[in-house]
Amino acid sequence: MGTLAEEIFSYKLGRPVNAGEIVIVDVDHVMSHDTTSPLAIQAFRKLTGERGGRVFDPARAHIVFDHIVPAATVAAATLQRDIRGFAREQGIQILQEGICHQVMPERGFVAPGEIIVGADSHTCTYGALGAFATGMGSTDIGVAYATGRSWFRVPETINVRLTGQLQPGVYVKDVTLELVRRIGVDGANYRALEYSGPLVEALSVSERFTLCNMAIEMGAKTGLVAPDATTEAWLRGRVNRSYPMLQPQNPRYERVVEVDVSELSPLVACPPDVNNVVPVEQVEHIQIDQVFLGTCTNGRLDDLAIAASILRGRTIHPTTRMVVIPASREVYLEALRLGYIETFIQAGASVGTPGCGPCIGRHFGVLGPGERALTTMNRNFTGRMGDPTAEIYLGSPATVAATAITGHITDPRQFLA
Amino acid sequence: MGRIWKLGDNINTDVIIPGRYNVTTDRAQLAKYCLCEILPEFAQQVRPGDIIVAGHNFGCGSSREHAPAAIQASGVKAVIARSFARIFYRNAINIGLPVLICEEAVLNSEDGQEAEVELEQGLITNLTTGQRFQAQPLPPFIARIVEAGGIIEYIRREGTLR
Repeated sequence: MGTLAEEIFSYKLGRPVNAGEIVIVDVDHVMSHDTTSPLAIQAFRKLTGERGGRVFDPARAHIVFDHIVPAATVAAATLQRDIRGFAREQGIQILQEGICHQVMPERGFVAPGEIIVGADSHTCTYGALGAFATGMGSTDIGVAYATGRSWFRVPETINVRLTGQLQPGVYVKDVTLELVRRIGVDGANYRALEYSGPLVEALSVSERFTLCNMAIEMGAKTGLVAPDATTEAWLRGRVNRSYPMLQPQNPRYERVVEVDVSELSPLVACPPDVNNVVPVEQVEHIQIDQVFLGTCTNGRLDDLAIAASILRGRTIHPTTRMVVIPASREVYLEALRLGYIETFIQAGASVGTPGCGPCIGRHFGVLGPGERALTTMNRNFTGRMGDPTAEIYLGSPATVAATAITGHITDPRQFLA
Repeated sequence: MGRIWKLGDNINTDVIIPGRYNVTTDRAQLAKYCLCEILPEFAQQVRPGDIIVAGHNFGCGSSREHAPAAIQASGVKAVIARSFARIFYRNAINIGLPVLICEEAVLNSEDGQEAEVELEQGLITNLTTGQRFQAQPLPPFIARIVEAGGIIEYIRREGTLR
């Protein structure tokens, strides 16, 4: 009896647990990436002794290189060399084929009812498949690598109920920005967000990833969607083990936030906080130096398809540059096959290797002083993409593509057939 | 006793330690860039024992443990806030950086004042005004981790995570 988060913890522990309890549970998968692994390895060594410690299960420990790939600096290359040494020693496979939050589900390391901890705040993305997944720091992940366990305070849950129909030119990214505007950047702190309602039921898994990805932007521990036939269809061929289709059972929510999406227009989050959300019309005059399509929020095939449909046969504005980074190798290959990549290149975009790209301001499109970017990212924090005087605006893939064509923030609806 | 560095709401991990400077595990290196986006003078002027006092949602954003590590390496004795973002709070406790939640202390502190924190009792004294404040007590499990000096030390002491 409980919310989806309570149901997952109750299932794992074999006894009913309620929000507020602190529990220690076995985790199913543990993940870290090229930036957070070094400190996780330090913690692992500190706990297990300099040599001789073994990870709890190398097949369920995952290291993904995505933040600076291929390595852009000697410092990054040195850290990556050392992580490779650790992975070899422990028998862990290093995956360098895209953003961790895309690669983990694609590779079948996420299934409904599982508990997954990752050394990256956007680990909450996997809740789209009905798993309890949350971001932690490197020391917690080092402990999980060593013990296969972690401690949790079972969170209270806010139910986000989405109804209505999205208008043409309005996408799930716009819905997530509206949610951050309404709930605030810490309105869901320590809580789980459980998304439900007719709109959520109709969303693809990719769109559910976008929704859950930005749960952390409201402070939430995780975002969750109860698994259904859509989930099962997506998992077919990826996950071969059996998994429980846990559902909320007479849940007691801390509160319910109901949003009818029918009236939403395309939205933009203005710097430097994600809840500075305005309708696109209010910021259309703003000149943009660079647009960026990609990231764990919006770098999937459907995101690229939306942008390609707007850019096909057009070229990007001479004062604007465009960076496109598919979220994974799988997405990249499919986008190539479908002609999206050719569309982007012909329009004048730079297409990068799957990974995080300039989202963390280290390579492949960092911003100079005073420059402005419109991106499909999840954060618009000061300095995130490079110089601290640069400004980051957030929008949907459609808004990004429309802006690439005009050179200033643009309502994508004018480009829809 | 130390100087109060007063900050606002929603201080995110990107401004605590920008992504372009956290490609290292060298804590002294991290301290050099701590808070550089909003307080360029901080790294030069901070002294051991100083205290960060902030508003709501301190440490929001990424899971980078480099953020509490940078603050810790800069010599800051404790961070006092009206509330903390979840991952930062957990990271700070795990690595032994004292974090206290105390609304009153935040509302009655000014940048540049002097303060003292008695960690075991959660007592905060503003030495400039003489006012004393009691921080929120920790849940028992978390208090045991803090008392051990961090999660690694806690597990070593207990023999396992329990």
